[in-house]
Amino acid sequence: MTKVSITVDGVLHESEVEPRTLLVHYLREQIGKVGTVVGCDTSSCGACTILLDGRSAKSCSVLAVQADGSSVTTIEGLAGEEWHPVQAAFKECHGLQCGYCTPGMVMSAVDLLGENPNPTEAEIREGLEGNLCRCTGYHNIVKSVALAAQNMKGGK
Amino acid sequence: MIPSTFDYVRPKSVDEAIAALTAGGEDSKVITGGQSMLPLLRLRMAAPSVLVDCARIDEMKGIKDNGDSVTIGAATTHLDVMSSDIVKSHVKLLADATATVADPQVRHRGTFGGALAHGDPAGDLPAVALALDATMEIAGPKGRRQVAAKDFFVDYFTTAVGPDEILVSITIPKLGKGWGTCYEKFNRTANGWAIVGVAAAVKVEGGKIAEARIGLTNCAAVPVRASSVESALTGVAVSATEIEAASQSAADGTRATTDLGADKEYREHLMRVLTARAVSCAAGA
Repeated sequence: MTKVSITVDGVLHESEVEPRTLLVHYLREQIGKVGTVVGCDTSSCGACTILLDGRSAKSCSVLAVQADGSSVTTIEGLAGEEWHPVQAAFKECHGLQCGYCTPGMVMSAVDLLGENPNPTEAEIREGLEGNLCRCTGYHNIVKSVALAAQNMKGGK
Repeated sequence: MIPSTFDYVRPKSVDEAIAALTAGGEDSKVITGGQSMLPLLRLRMAAPSVLVDCARIDEMKGIKDNGDSVTIGAATTHLDVMSSDIVKSHVKLLADATATVADPQVRHRGTFGGALAHGDPAGDLPAVALALDATMEIAGPKGRRQVAAKDFFVDYFTTAVGPDEILVSITIPKLGKGWGTCYEKFNRTANGWAIVGVAAAVKVEGGKIAEARIGLTNCAAVPVRASSVESALTGVAVSATEIEAASQSAADGTRATTDLGADKEYREHLMRVLTARAVSCAAGA
């Protein structure tokens, strides 16, 4: 077992993990952050996307030991008193069908808007390249991100 | 799937990392971003006894302008490579090709050195390193050595880096005046691997091509130079028709495979088409 200290959604956790523990399993099973889901388990679908030291990463493709000393934001840590603007926009535009890809889509959208607050539709689609929606509900997802961008500019 | 068990060490220097690799024996492996390693571990296609995490070794990170060349630490992430002003100004081909690697999440974690040392024939960056005549610095128990890109890629997923060695940095000569570059990649799906990719660097003088360097992705077990096209292009006018004619020999010397993505003939067709496109774009035709 290896000792790791990882800040998850603002709370510092000192834990012991096996070196082979994937970050997503650590988050779900040791910390209880079950909002982050395992989708494909082959680094393709992006459902497990979190922010690792502020940038999006697939938590099924990171070992918990690699995240030692880092700060993780999961979908559960996004909202304050109110929904995060990206969450609110997904609700408003119905940017989901079955909802399984949603935690990853939202986290990727947060990363995208952090880098590019004013993306074109093409930039949104490219920015979400690492996230698959098997319902193929991309149209409303793209609309959600565009609305979030607009609302975030207004300081909402 | 859950990876099989392994020990994990995180050395602070290249020397410490080599000591850990040597102590771990031939089943020890280097990891940096892990974006190729983690899928292999999960599928249990790799089952190392020890993982030596080199992601936090300072010497292996960062980008340096040497005047006539650029040195990039092997553990520098794709994100840092593609957003570096030094790379964008002096090694634009690398910045452009890196922006096509996988998807944002993978580019945030994956590293330039990792992508080269992994030696995946479908990886985009080996062909770029080959086209730009990069030199790799490899450290091992016997010291350091420099290996040219043309000698670095040995076979399918096999490079010149020995089991007790580490790729430390990559040095790429600047191209200078008159050169243009372009990376053309063909794939079928978002974040898919290149079925074929072409990295082209072309020097134009007085409306004619003075020199061309072309690296091909996924056209053999290792990246290859389209040498016969390079020769055919020398002295050719910058015109789309002439470039297309010179690109007809792009598949010479390649050993394309047939797989689920494409058959051999189709890959060879793509080599000709994409070479013409990449050269035209690089030459401004």
